[in-house]
Amino acid sequence: MAKPKIATASLAGCFGCHMSILDIDERILKLIELVDFDKSPINDFKEFTGRCAIGLIEGGCANEDNVHVLRDFRKHCDILISVGDCAINGDIPALRNNIPLKECLEEAYLNGPSVYNPEKTIPNDKELPLCLDRVYPCHEVVKIDYFLPGCPANAEIIWQALVALLTNKPLELPYEMIKYD
Amino acid sequence: MSDQITFTIDGVEVKAKPGQTIMQAADEAGIYIPRLCYLPELTAHGSCRVCTVIVNGKPQTACTQPVAEGMIVENDTPELLEHRRNLVDMLFVEGNHLCMFCERSGNCELQAMAYRLGILAPKYPYFYPDKPLDSTHKDIFLELNRCILCGRCVNASADIDGKGVFGFVGRSIDKKIAVNSDKNLGDTNMAVTDKAASVCPVGSINKKGTAFKIPYGQRLYDQKPIGSDIENKK
Amino acid sequence: MIESLQSEVKQICKSCGNDRTKMMDIVRGVQEKFGQVSSEAMNLIAKSVNCHRVEVESVVSFYAFLSKKPKGKIVIRLCNDVIDKMAGLAPVADAFKKELGIDFGQTTPDGKITLEYTPCIGMCDQAPAALVNDEIITYLSSDKVRELVADLRKHYNPDKIIHRLGDGNNASELVHSCVHNGIRKKGRVIFSEYKEEAGLKNALAVSPVEVINEVKNARLRGRGGAGFPTGMKWQFTRAAEGTKKYILCNADEGEPGTFKDRVILTERADMLFEGMTIGGYAIGAETGILYLRAEYAYLRKLLEKVLKERRDKNLLGNNILGKKGFNFDITIQMGAGAYICGEETSLISSCEGLRGDPKTRPPFPAQKGYMGNPSAVNNVETLCCVARILEMGAGWFAEIGSKGSPSTKLLSVSGDCRLPGVYEFPFGIKVSDLLKEVGAEDAQAVLIGGPSGQIIGPNDYKRTICYDDLATGGAVVVFGPERDMVKIAAEYMDFFVEESCGYCTPCRVGNVLLKKYLDKILDGKGEPTDLDFLKSLGESIKITSRCGLGQTSPNPVLTTLKNFRSSYESKVKPATDGFQPTFDIKKALAEHESIAKRKSVIYTE
Repeated sequence: MAKPKIATASLAGCFGCHMSILDIDERILKLIELVDFDKSPINDFKEFTGRCAIGLIEGGCANEDNVHVLRDFRKHCDILISVGDCAINGDIPALRNNIPLKECLEEAYLNGPSVYNPEKTIPNDKELPLCLDRVYPCHEVVKIDYFLPGCPANAEIIWQALVALLTNKPLELPYEMIKYD
Repeated sequence: MSDQITFTIDGVEVKAKPGQTIMQAADEAGIYIPRLCYLPELTAHGSCRVCTVIVNGKPQTACTQPVAEGMIVENDTPELLEHRRNLVDMLFVEGNHLCMFCERSGNCELQAMAYRLGILAPKYPYFYPDKPLDSTHKDIFLELNRCILCGRCVNASADIDGKGVFGFVGRSIDKKIAVNSDKNLGDTNMAVTDKAASVCPVGSINKKGTAFKIPYGQRLYDQKPIGSDIENKK
Repeated sequence: MIESLQSEVKQICKSCGNDRTKMMDIVRGVQEKFGQVSSEAMNLIAKSVNCHRVEVESVVSFYAFLSKKPKGKIVIRLCNDVIDKMAGLAPVADAFKKELGIDFGQTTPDGKITLEYTPCIGMCDQAPAALVNDEIITYLSSDKVRELVADLRKHYNPDKIIHRLGDGNNASELVHSCVHNGIRKKGRVIFSEYKEEAGLKNALAVSPVEVINEVKNARLRGRGGAGFPTGMKWQFTRAAEGTKKYILCNADEGEPGTFKDRVILTERADMLFEGMTIGGYAIGAETGILYLRAEYAYLRKLLEKVLKERRDKNLLGNNILGKKGFNFDITIQMGAGAYICGEETSLISSCEGLRGDPKTRPPFPAQKGYMGNPSAVNNVETLCCVARILEMGAGWFAEIGSKGSPSTKLLSVSGDCRLPGVYEFPFGIKVSDLLKEVGAEDAQAVLIGGPSGQIIGPNDYKRTICYDDLATGGAVVVFGPERDMVKIAAEYMDFFVEESCGYCTPCRVGNVLLKKYLDKILDGKGEPTDLDFLKSLGESIKITSRCGLGQTSPNPVLTTLKNFRSSYESKVKPATDGFQPTFDIKKALAEHESIAKRKSVIYTE
């Protein structure tokens, strides 16, 4: 029987939660026995090769590309999991949620104290994804089946959740494992 | 009047003194009733509603309801657990609770309550309110994004410090904490030694220069759930 | 200007005895004088009455009729209750905006006129209606708005905008209002002829305990909605320890769709004050306070005159009607626009010069009420019943009505019916009979008891209005076959969101969430699971809220979910693609598309 496939993506996040996936240490070998990785930065697969059992999403939605990827994940994955605080509540990127987008761009590219931009231009290549009006948690864009909080979500909680889901066991997280930081 | 009252919490017999609240009696008996706004040394505020219990079939807050002989109290029931989760979820989406950079993380009562209730993510949409940060005071900063309107600072400043530095202004979802000045906290007579500076359950009133001193793993609620100290009395 | 502010504020505080507990009168006075209670004024008030500035701000920021920011000399408050919307609010609102050249919440550039919305002002039977400062304007139309604004611009004097007077005391010089009483049916208790002061004389002829017993024997229960036995309340208040006791009359009827107290205050003020005096005698109070909602300020002069006449006749004052040692007088405390102050402990907070936050119970007002003294808070109609009971006897009173609910009840009927107005019916009337009487046989739904009551459908029309079945403070709102009940529920939630005091979590946050989910459903984006969600959230608000407002605030949702489920079900559908229907990518991108001056290449349509 073919192994189930999992996919991962980092949207508006810092890749910290992906570091946590790698942080399961030697258990990654065990994971490889249980699953194949499909689209993921870990193997650098850019496109889905087929249907996946589980999709792990790091980061919230800050731009149109994030939405596009997230919806693509929803289409291809049976179970979609928000991993980490950015996916769950926007976290640091969501600090811009009460600041008008124009101000954000100007602060980032023109007025910020450390900005060096002699041409005084705000990048606007057509290849650049457009920003959303604010940062959205993933579950406000698509249906999310499970949430694994943490900043980053720690390796243990990711491991426990994956094993439980892949072996069809109930997900029971010990107290010390639920952390929002 | 007898000097002892007997009642039950979830079928367990509890002895109490007349005039005590359900909360006080439960705490002494080693039964933890989840709570957020309540602090033993302050007048009960009864605003978070997390300590709602069912008393003889009627909902009441344990922090304000006096004990009575033969009272039947339900505390740890699936229905109340659901209501409490809903209340904690409401508090999370109402503010901007970004734990990863909050000075109180690990020692925060709201966060700890969510952990204890097993909340992985709030079920409601986030409000992302626009709330100010006041860092004008030399020793304290006020971060209203995290305020849960528990009233502890208001009561502590008025009743213990005798100052009245804090008060509530506005109503409905716009209700918020204000300081006793037409400007900022720095313009009040608040002192870092005030009781009001040490009662905030979340990261709203913070003493400058004290953050992140305790390593991850050793903070108040890292290993043991909030309420363990009370439950350990049993 | 600053000097004038200083001396005026000082003067206002002084006229209130520099008494912190008179804060409501002080801030109302400053608001009236300056069109705002500015930051500077708050500092001055705090200094004069020796309190913290934040305490002044906490009061000013709580009440809708007070404001820190400047308002015009004229404030037009258009009532945006559900009934007014049904009666054609939209074109009226547009006409105001057009004629004044401003939006709601704004003041004209000359600083003279402010335009606002306000919740129910107690004129549902003559909607759409508005307040112009203290004056009431009813049956508004776009034409009438044009005339009104033109009129106001000529003299900026609200007193001069009333051209046609209402009936009864509305036409009196002191009221001078266009309001109609709208008494459709007179019953035996409130609106039939009564012998003035007979009740009071009978009361003073017996002991206070006997008066309480008489009220108990009449089985009188509170008419405000909660239905607490009045005699028992008085007995507790009388028995409570304390040298000073108070009787407070709750004339803060703010429940949308309720206006019966307006008519009592206009036509039966004597009966009300007589009832209060009897109450004062019964519980051992020397002071009565009538808490009058700000929306009814137009009745104040009339009420003051009635009080003065009563003092002149020794019906108030010392040794009333020769009864040695019975000294009692009544003052009027004005509110400032807060529905929550109809909740008895909030009303007490407000009378004490505080924000209208409910108090922690226990202790109950009967033990520790106004200024910590034992207090009885009674509804306007309840106190009128008292006067009648003492006049006619408990037996006479208890014979009227149904078995568990003696006597009559005033019903304020409005909405989709031919004959809106105030009806006095014996308790026990069937909803179907009531609907026939008011000309609403085709009603799709009836709201009994205001939004905090329940919205019922035809299956329940055989039920009766009484304490044991459909209890009500008096509001009956009829919805015709065309109305969308989900939309109605959502509009009532707007009201609760606005009027929550914000003290407790479930009412403050939960109601906002309920409204969000209703909007989602009305927007065609709801899913069947949202209905369970509404129910679970509504239950949590109901169970965990701190006061009656919160505990009943989810009722518009919970009762329509139960009685009009198909209306909800027809609006929801499961999302099959796993995308959230509420997320609108085009809307989310619009801002950046406009800044970047390019269109998304991913989301092209």
